Amino acid sequence: MLDNPVKKPLVKVRDLKMHFPIYSGFFQRHTGNVKAVDGVSFDVFEGETLGLVGESGCGKSTCGRAVLRLYDITTGSIEIDGKEIGATPQADLRPIRPTMQMVFQDPQASLNPRMTVQSIIQEPLDEHTKLSQKEKQEKVWELMDAVGLNRRFAGRYPHAFSGGQRQRIGIARALALNPKFIVCDEPIAALDVSIQAQVVNLLEDLQEKYGLTYLFISHDLSMVRHIATRVAVMYLGKIVELAPREALYASPQHPYTEALLSAVPEPDPSLESRADRIILQGDVPSPSKPPKGCNFCTRCPKVMDICKETEPEFKEVKPGHFAACHLLDKS
Amino acid sequence: MTDPSLDMSTVAPTRNQWWDVWDQFKSHRGAVIGAMFLIFITLFVVVGPWLYGVDPAKLDIRNKDMRPFYLGLFTDVKWSWTRPLGTDHLGRDIMANLMQGGKISLAVGWVAMLLALVLGTLVGVFAGFFKRLDGPLMRFTDLVLSLPLLPLLLVMMLLFRDPLRASFGPETGIFILIVTGIGITSWMHTARIVRGDILAIKEREFVLAARSIGTPPRRVIMRHLLPNVMSPIMVSATLGLATAIITESALSFLGLGFPSDFPTWGKILFDSVDRMTNFPERVIWPGLAISLTVLSVNYIGDGLRDALDPRIRGL
Repeated sequence: MLDNPVKKPLVKVRDLKMHFPIYSGFFQRHTGNVKAVDGVSFDVFEGETLGLVGESGCGKSTCGRAVLRLYDITTGSIEIDGKEIGATPQADLRPIRPTMQMVFQDPQASLNPRMTVQSIIQEPLDEHTKLSQKEKQEKVWELMDAVGLNRRFAGRYPHAFSGGQRQRIGIARALALNPKFIVCDEPIAALDVSIQAQVVNLLEDLQEKYGLTYLFISHDLSMVRHIATRVAVMYLGKIVELAPREALYASPQHPYTEALLSAVPEPDPSLESRADRIILQGDVPSPSKPPKGCNFCTRCPKVMDICKETEPEFKEVKPGHFAACHLLDKS
Repeated sequence: MTDPSLDMSTVAPTRNQWWDVWDQFKSHRGAVIGAMFLIFITLFVVVGPWLYGVDPAKLDIRNKDMRPFYLGLFTDVKWSWTRPLGTDHLGRDIMANLMQGGKISLAVGWVAMLLALVLGTLVGVFAGFFKRLDGPLMRFTDLVLSLPLLPLLLVMMLLFRDPLRASFGPETGIFILIVTGIGITSWMHTARIVRGDILAIKEREFVLAARSIGTPPRRVIMRHLLPNVMSPIMVSATLGLATAIITESALSFLGLGFPSDFPTWGKILFDSVDRMTNFPERVIWPGLAISLTVLSVNYIGDGLRDALDPRIRGL
């Protein structure tokens, strides 16, 4: 999609669809699909952070998990580090797993309560390396240093840690196999604000140190503005706009992005009173029955007749700035 | 995050986790008493006969119906120091019978319980983890659950008693038959509980994390799922031991268990029921042995469950 001669894409996702079947009725017949992710395409370049934002239930997390093939995707192609993994059966994915890792949203649920920190961080090493126990121990200590956890805590269990510390354990586990690509699935959503900054800064430091590439899923627009190089906005299973950070925050092209950005709180009270909020009416339509035409046509303040008929094309409106909206066709 | 007062460079070697488990277990008073009683009763039935040296099957008609020493000391009844718990209506020594019977009862209880536990856990884990197996396995569980247990055991005894006796000898043959009979008719509750818990736990994010690492399903089950369903398994194990001992007693009572000259706690109990008013000690001792064993195993299970849970262990 983007022909950038300098940076090469590490992750290429094309027309990714993840539909979950609905079975209903007495005979449990297949009556429909929840189209959680419905035709998503993007690239993530080496060393960059792609922020993926959108409201609850728009398919951000599903998209992140599908890219890592934690689900068996409906259709689409996913290429990570030059390898196509879209249709690879789960068993054959094992050798590719070390390249791509994940940091989870809920640090409470993502750590096995019956395992010590040592064994949690060591699990990837057990699975993919043939190090001796002593070497693994050394590696675990190194990782704990890297994420700022005291080595003495190696023998403790997850429940003894605070939320921020648990998230650090999760990050250390994701780092254990020297991955190139990490999907951060709302890693800061469950943490309080002071800890959020620490964790985000840690993620940035690690990116610099190990040359990581992130897909950073979040609903916190200001945090995404802080960490992301480019930002993709999702609505109801589709990406509506994808642009470099500054361009997206300065001149949003899609009405949904405009509305989303206008909801960011303004810290300055004098500006706050003048801020004109775009308030969307109604609810997000059900992903099992998306509206005809543009997915956003039911709530769009600038809706036109064509929006209810044909689906807008996702195309480049300015260099590096992609959006899917009929408003942009006329100009 | 890190406490500056702690020196990062010195790291104490991590203590073996099993010491922490033992420390927590020790702090559960009931479990310690239960464990002590279980060790005592095991020694009583294993080492006891060898120390006591009385043949439990030896008939001594002249010394029949002797009373235990604690009655003899204070009342005027027939008793003797050589028969501390008295003799039965055929002159067999009750203490020796309790030892011999306990050996069988405990063996039947443990083996049948373990068999049921393994079967139940296996079925539960497979049904919970592999969606395709869930329907068939749980319907099969319902099927077995709806079978009337005693008639089924009766049929099994009739069908397999003689072939097993012929190939393994009368005692081992019956032992195998009873243990399998009890084992394969009591795994269903464990299976249901384990399946339910597996269904809940496999949706937790740490299982997803394990999959994102590339852990194969086999090791996901062993490393992440089984340790987290330990508590319900432990509870059904302790209940299972009790049921196994009692079912064996019921079978012996119906004359389908071990041969008549072969004592078990359940059988001693049932043999003595008709003369219970005259000789209460013949019911009390085996009954007490069964109840206390079951109770102690319950307490041990309780303590073990707490000790294996790092949250309760407070580490």
